[in-house]
Amino acid sequence: MSEVTATPAKPAAKPAAPAAHGAAKPVAAAKMTPEMSAIAAKFGGAVEAAQYEGLLVTDHSKFIEIATYVRDVLKYNQLTNNTATDYIKDGVIEVVNQFTRVPQGGAPLTLKLRVPRPSGHDKTQPVPSLCPLYPGAEFQERETYDMYGVVFEGNPDLRRILMWEGFNGWPLRKDWKEAYYEGDTKPFESRWPGGDHKLAEERVPWEDNVNYPPGFDPFAFKPHPDGDIYDSMLAPSDGTVSIDNGHGVAPTIVEGLNASEMAELKTDEIIVNMGPQHPSTHGVLRMVVKLDGEKVTDLKLALGYLHRNHEKIGERNTWLHNIPYTDRLDYITGIYNEWGYVLGVERMMGLKTTDRVEYLRVITGELTRLASHFWAIGFLLNDLGAFFTPALYFITERDLIIDLLEAVTGSRMMCNYMRFGGVSRDFTSAQWAMARELAFERLPRTIDELDHFLTENEILKARSIGTGYMSADRCIAHSLTGPCLRAAGIGYDVRRADPYGYYDRFDFDIPVLYNGDVYDRYLVRVQEMRESLKIIQQALNQAETQSKVGDIQGGKKAYNHRVPAGQCYARVETPKGELGYYLVSDGNQNPYKYHIRSCSYINLNSMKEMAVGQKVADSVVILGSLDIVLGEVDR
Amino acid sequence: MAIIGSGILTGLGVTLRHFVETYIEDFKYMGKKAGVQPRMIRRQSPKAKGIVTIEYPMEKMPVPENFRYIPFLVKDDKTNEDRCTSCGICAKVCPPQCIWIARTEDPVTKRPVPAPKDFFIDSTICMNCGYCAEFCPFDAIKMNTDYEIAYYPETENDMRLVYDKNRLTMNESFHWNIHPSVKAAELEAKAADEAKAKAAAEAAAKKAAADAAKKVALAAAPVVPDAPVASVAPTPAAGGAAMAARAAAAARAAAAAKK
Ligand code: SF4
Ligand code: SF4
Repeated sequence: MSEVTATPAKPAAKPAAPAAHGAAKPVAAAKMTPEMSAIAAKFGGAVEAAQYEGLLVTDHSKFIEIATYVRDVLKYNQLTNNTATDYIKDGVIEVVNQFTRVPQGGAPLTLKLRVPRPSGHDKTQPVPSLCPLYPGAEFQERETYDMYGVVFEGNPDLRRILMWEGFNGWPLRKDWKEAYYEGDTKPFESRWPGGDHKLAEERVPWEDNVNYPPGFDPFAFKPHPDGDIYDSMLAPSDGTVSIDNGHGVAPTIVEGLNASEMAELKTDEIIVNMGPQHPSTHGVLRMVVKLDGEKVTDLKLALGYLHRNHEKIGERNTWLHNIPYTDRLDYITGIYNEWGYVLGVERMMGLKTTDRVEYLRVITGELTRLASHFWAIGFLLNDLGAFFTPALYFITERDLIIDLLEAVTGSRMMCNYMRFGGVSRDFTSAQWAMARELAFERLPRTIDELDHFLTENEILKARSIGTGYMSADRCIAHSLTGPCLRAAGIGYDVRRADPYGYYDRFDFDIPVLYNGDVYDRYLVRVQEMRESLKIIQQALNQAETQSKVGDIQGGKKAYNHRVPAGQCYARVETPKGELGYYLVSDGNQNPYKYHIRSCSYINLNSMKEMAVGQKVADSVVILGSLDIVLGEVDR
Repeated sequence: MAIIGSGILTGLGVTLRHFVETYIEDFKYMGKKAGVQPRMIRRQSPKAKGIVTIEYPMEKMPVPENFRYIPFLVKDDKTNEDRCTSCGICAKVCPPQCIWIARTEDPVTKRPVPAPKDFFIDSTICMNCGYCAEFCPFDAIKMNTDYEIAYYPETENDMRLVYDKNRLTMNESFHWNIHPSVKAAELEAKAADEAKAKAAAEAAAKKAAADAAKKVALAAAPVVPDAPVASVAPTPAAGGAAMAARAAAAARAAAAAKK
């Protein structure tokens, strides 16, 4: 059984003060942890137990004070997750913040805020922003603003981030309807028993179903959606880099020139757009960089080109429907995404899994970690200019891994392997033999070869040592997770910090390095691959003796799960960092709220600080070292 | 500290080895016909060295049995009947909701008949998740392994990617051909079903005459050691030992199906 570390959604005896969403049933209040009691004792009147989980801050003016206390006294130094939930029946929008202790880990602390739900497409009244305390809040708050129209007072750049500027409405509010809207929840009535196929376009002509802002004429529209980005970057700078990113506030200096020569050398400031269609941005991502000569003085990211409103689809779906959708987030690590999601639902439902299931999850999950790191290192080398020779060697190895996953699960990347309380299939003996061959023979050899091939390469070292440095404190403050955080000297890994699955049965290390630059991120990934192999080898050996073949479904094979009302924040350590699922159930077949704490997206938050002051060519390398996948960034 | 450039040279050594291995592998297969399976399979296996690519579409790797693409419906070879009972479960579990099922109605009573009148799968929406095949209680929908379904549209309104029942339906033999590992189990289940039906019919026919023979039959029926405890074996009537064995087989198949 997976360990339950998040507060399970057990109804406590005391009914909650705030009214329930859904039906007007009283909803269980959260269980008080010692930390929550400490806050309640100190800020008596300003907080109360929230429904299901965490504390509700009723006095918004105290919120920053409470958050400071949480950060400095209780030592929850990282803002893990920020999102909102629209309780339409209660007429409130609830902002949820989750904090973790890094690197100690443990269950996260939840602080909530409620604002009245405005009518129509109005924004909410402002709530205090956490950006001054936790810079990592910036992108997350922008997303919450984008999706719910919650205004965060104090966020430095509160613009839409995933939707475009001309978008009308707040897509994750419960009364917002997408184009070709058919119903609030699946399964749709029209499919059975009187199903007659119609294209979505025939069923709902798009003219009837698309909202425009008042006075907006789509045919007269001239796009200038990026005015905000450029305007904010156009202010002339005095040649100094205004961000303190650990390099100190340094004037732009060309190495090898003295001050008088520098004064003679005139460089112009220009703004350059990189992407969205650019091989070095790893997908449809646009970086707007302001350059002084070759030096980056400002950087902004334009995201959302791949946005598909995954979370809205997730709320329309049934619980089961969502599993294959999670494959499409970070499509390099499909299995791990599923794991995070089923883990959350299993905790809410109290489902048990069998030994076999846990071993299979570890084996397939760690195989995807290897595949992802092969991919990440290959493409990092691409960004460094080693065009595709290393990448193709590693893609070969990754291909063997996904060949195996294909044979087991039926699909190379969109595995759809996990089920609630189980997995879909067991390995056959031939597949098991292939897994053994990979884990004990092929992959150890190729990882050694990778190390031998690249690690001492002078060009790689010259380009990456010292590039993209970020100090440990800033990494934590920026909510950075994954190999990048561990390369800065913080041994934080969810597999150890908030354990799940059978990871406590294996002997493995969390590699940590201390320079916080691109080279260390590369080295950490290589080390992690070795550790993953160790885990897979042990899991294969243990599974043979300690589990029964074919014992893959804990619960019975059901498709219409009803998850007890409650909420859960489940997180797993994917190859990219901490992937979290914030789930709220109102007891129905469909999730009431389905939010993904996307590590690729949140890691991008630190991109600016890492790149400012560096050469423009290095900004590409820094992006490569963050290892993002746009399917997860944009969702 | 190592000599400057030694790191690069080591790296170049690795690329050189890959380069040479490519030719060694090719020499091994020289003189044999290009595109032969063993070479291809080795190139794509954990034993692969050197060049690993195959030349699709001239060479095609066989896909694994579990591979899933677009679903198809199975019909019985002999009776030509659909296995599908239009129960609608696949339409409910389908995540993007790309299955449309029209249930047959009895023309007289207007009551539903367990057979689909029409069945659509919009393959432009299908996400190849395999849920429909996994959750169908009648093994009536299975995943096809043919991934080459692209085509050039011939008319402006070419809807070939929306499959109707006609184009979805495939023979049982086709299904068993691409999914050989399930054939035995399905045949066994089918035989068990038939045995059960026959048993029920026989039991009904002989019920009247059974009373006298009952005691004898029960005494003659051997205890089947591996019959599951919770089996719902039909009452063995005058059939005797053979009957009891068949009933046990049916119960076993039912238990296996439940797993
Ligand atoms: S294919 Fe299977 S699940 Fe779908 S309607 Fe037919 S019998 Fe039911
Ligand atoms: S494979 Fe998945 S998406 Fe496709 S028809 Fe079946 S259930 Fe629907």
